[in-house]
Amino acid sequence: MLDKTGIAKRIAKEVQDGYYVNLGIGIPTLVANFVRKDIDVEFQSENGVLGMGPFPIEGEEDADIINAGKQTITTLDGASFFDSSLSFSMIRGKHVNLTILGAMEVSENGDIANWKIPGKMIKGMGGAMDLVASADNIIVAMMHTNKRGESKLLKRCSLPLTGVNCVKKIVTNLAVLQVTNKGFKLLERAPGVSVNTIKNATEGHLIVEGDIPEMVLE
Amino acid sequence: MINKKIDTVSQALHGVANNMTLMLGGFGLCGIPENAIAELVKLGVKGLTCISNNAGVDDFGLGLLLQNRQVKKMISSYVGENDEFERQMLSGELDVELLPQGTLAERCRAAQAGFPAIYTPAGYGTEVAEGKETRDFDGKMYVLEHAFKADFSFVKAWKGDEAGNLIFKGTARNFNPNMCGAAKITVAEVEELLPVGALDPNQIHIPGIFVQRIFEGKTYEKRIEQRTVRQK
Repeated sequence: MLDKTGIAKRIAKEVQDGYYVNLGIGIPTLVANFVRKDIDVEFQSENGVLGMGPFPIEGEEDADIINAGKQTITTLDGASFFDSSLSFSMIRGKHVNLTILGAMEVSENGDIANWKIPGKMIKGMGGAMDLVASADNIIVAMMHTNKRGESKLLKRCSLPLTGVNCVKKIVTNLAVLQVTNKGFKLLERAPGVSVNTIKNATEGHLIVEGDIPEMVLE
Repeated sequence: MINKKIDTVSQALHGVANNMTLMLGGFGLCGIPENAIAELVKLGVKGLTCISNNAGVDDFGLGLLLQNRQVKKMISSYVGENDEFERQMLSGELDVELLPQGTLAERCRAAQAGFPAIYTPAGYGTEVAEGKETRDFDGKMYVLEHAFKADFSFVKAWKGDEAGNLIFKGTARNFNPNMCGAAKITVAEVEELLPVGALDPNQIHIPGIFVQRIFEGKTYEKRIEQRTVRQK
């Protein structure tokens, strides 16, 4: 079974040379730490920066340079700043190659819910609806089950949707899955996790074909 | 040169009244019009509809207007980080319309650019699209979103000149340029207000034609919401 860092490590392997990538808040943010050093990748943050670097050295924080999580950041050589409209032109216009975001629920047809729990939590969707409505390549990073042990990979989402029919790939603490028109296709198992464990933790339709390899993280 | 310079913040906000619709720039607390917000608190105008990506925190930014019960409705994309906001929203005191962030930006820009509405794929199939016109373009569904109509737009820039030309800094740019010229009156506050000729025309982000009033802000707190650092 993977921890959050493990999920981030596995997703980092999906990032390819020449990609512009938007990372959501939470596990997705960790992905930047594990991307291969020998490829060229630029990270976009929807509040208006392309070419994000690491956190600033203590004492060099600039209140005017933050990411979408409102964290102080730095920029790398070749970076640029822009307004919100242009930022979402990059996103809706499919100029960003890969979107990685978290989710509360994903359904077997690729619907995603991650912005609202009626009556409990209403923080808003931020840029998530724009991201999922447009990106061709969306990877969801999340735990396979919630805190009560219930599956987050469902036949149908029970929470208000963020987008329909949009998630392509899911990396959880248990598995890598692809969303197909027939359901969740199991691609890889996390180290030490059996197919049965994954089956039991998946409420939506799970497709298991042949031997399922174990993830390679390094 | 058409001079847009205003001497004081109170003159800059002349005409602001109860029940108006206001646009306010900023992302989180980054690039917010701090002086205009402080003046709105001082004026005590009520029943406001505020179009702003976020709602500030409890004791800063738009949170100050919320604490003062001056806001009737918020139109935002993300409103976490604010307990008083959540309380007012859940109790029904505050009307809240949540929109996708890109839609929020584009509804501002549409108003600026003279488009009555735009089609966006964001929110299709979700509750955001309920009651809105949808349309198929080349096999993909889009939602019709209307341009905002606002009375005042309050933006914050880094540098400006007396002709109203603006230059922004870093990610403090965010929604500010999209809100310029998107309301009946745009009020820009800047950290440094320079005479005309001091700014290079090649470097201007927003031309003065989109700005009716410009003033130099007094002090900027520029509070950081999440101070994240690494060791040397």
